[in-house]
Amino acid sequence: MTQPRKVRLMDAGQMAETVQRLAAEIMARYPAGSDMGIIGIRTRGDHLSRRIAGIIRAELGSAVKLGTVDVTFHRDDFRTRLPSPQVGPSDIPFGVDDLPLVLVDDVLYTGRTVRAAINSIMDFGRPASIELAVLVDRGGRELPVQADYLGLAHAAAANEHIQVRLEEVDGSDEVLLLEYGG
Amino acid sequence: MTEPTVSLTHLLGLEGVSAADIQILLDTGFTFREVLDRPIKKVPTLSGINVVNLFFENSTRTRISFELAEKRLSADVTNFSVGGSSLDKGEGLKDTVLNIHAMKMDAVVMRHPVPGAAVQLSRFVDAVVINAGDGSHEHPTQALLDMLSLQERFGRLKGLKVGIIGDIAHSRVARSNIFGLLTMGAEVAVCGPGHLIPPQVEALGVSVVPDVDDLLGWADAVNVLRIQRERMGAGLIPSVREYRAGFGLTNERLARHKREIIILHPGPINRGVEIDSDVADSDQAIILDQVINGVAVRMSILYHLLGPRAAG
Repeated sequence: MTQPRKVRLMDAGQMAETVQRLAAEIMARYPAGSDMGIIGIRTRGDHLSRRIAGIIRAELGSAVKLGTVDVTFHRDDFRTRLPSPQVGPSDIPFGVDDLPLVLVDDVLYTGRTVRAAINSIMDFGRPASIELAVLVDRGGRELPVQADYLGLAHAAAANEHIQVRLEEVDGSDEVLLLEYGG
Repeated sequence: MTEPTVSLTHLLGLEGVSAADIQILLDTGFTFREVLDRPIKKVPTLSGINVVNLFFENSTRTRISFELAEKRLSADVTNFSVGGSSLDKGEGLKDTVLNIHAMKMDAVVMRHPVPGAAVQLSRFVDAVVINAGDGSHEHPTQALLDMLSLQERFGRLKGLKVGIIGDIAHSRVARSNIFGLLTMGAEVAVCGPGHLIPPQVEALGVSVVPDVDDLLGWADAVNVLRIQRERMGAGLIPSVREYRAGFGLTNERLARHKREIIILHPGPINRGVEIDSDVADSDQAIILDQVINGVAVRMSILYHLLGPRAAG
């Protein structure tokens, strides 16, 4: 198998700026004193949500509620999918009823993961609203889902893969565009 | 970082199942414990998948536990129970196979009085077969829930000292626990009336401790088997009082040991026979944890056996 062609869409500095901007946009919507929750989608959305919540906590001094959701059990391709990252427990240590929530993921593609995450959160209660923050929107939607807070839009072709690498799991911060032959 | 998949096609017993497979089933069991704590304790994972529970032998809690596990995964569940007495064993299993083919079932959970019945069934059906107890052979899901409960309590299985008390010779719970615990690196000792200890049991790597007090001095946890009253008629257990005096987990007996020993029981409990009421209700008994862990580990088993297979 030939190696894919790599293009860097975001380096560590640009990622830090982008995460900072996403946090600022969320703070503009939910100023100090607002009650809200941030929920990351396992695995990389979880780490991004921690960074965003960290910035908001530091700037506003407010206790942003932070949770994580694993969508494996809610996927619509249970029997046909490729093996995916290991399933872990969802952890939403607060009541979601009547609370505005921001869902965080690294890449928005078909929208199916977001759909599964929304369904999963609904099993915990009835939030006031759910918004979506993503680092990269690569297009290719199969469901009517869009991001409310967007880091970078990059329309990728079907033979291209967006790889978000994070310090916490991959050892470095960057976004790569991998182009496979064909 | 791909999802670990089990190498098993069916779950027929724990004999020969690898430590890696057991660990995957236990780890996902903990994940399903979280699902069971949600306000809505149900996920759509097995939506559209058909599971039949075939019970050729009486069972309440195992059958309900499987049914709950299946429903909480959104599977379509069919129950089929027959009283043991009305069963013509040879013909019964053949008809079972034909019916499962006709009903296009994806998975069969079967309890059967004949040892090896699940193995036999798995040779002839396309469906995933899960053994819910076959005679005195194996009861793998019970052993997995016992191990999940021990791992939850102690944080490990390796090096754990586990005693099993009761009628070892006729117990599928004991057999499955012995296989599973030894594979996971635990130490196992069995204790019970001499004629109910199988003669070859030490060859499995298990030690025999004839005296309950010696066992309690050694063990971190003990699994107290139910005394099957139906065996008393056969003359295997002379009387309830005699059994209690010799092997019952009584308050006085436990009080003689300073350490807190964790107590498991597969249920249903004969209070005042193999275990005293106060002991069964004490904090060191994790019998009700076993019940919830039973649902979680059965969800894990269904999830892994019915999920995507490793790319091959």
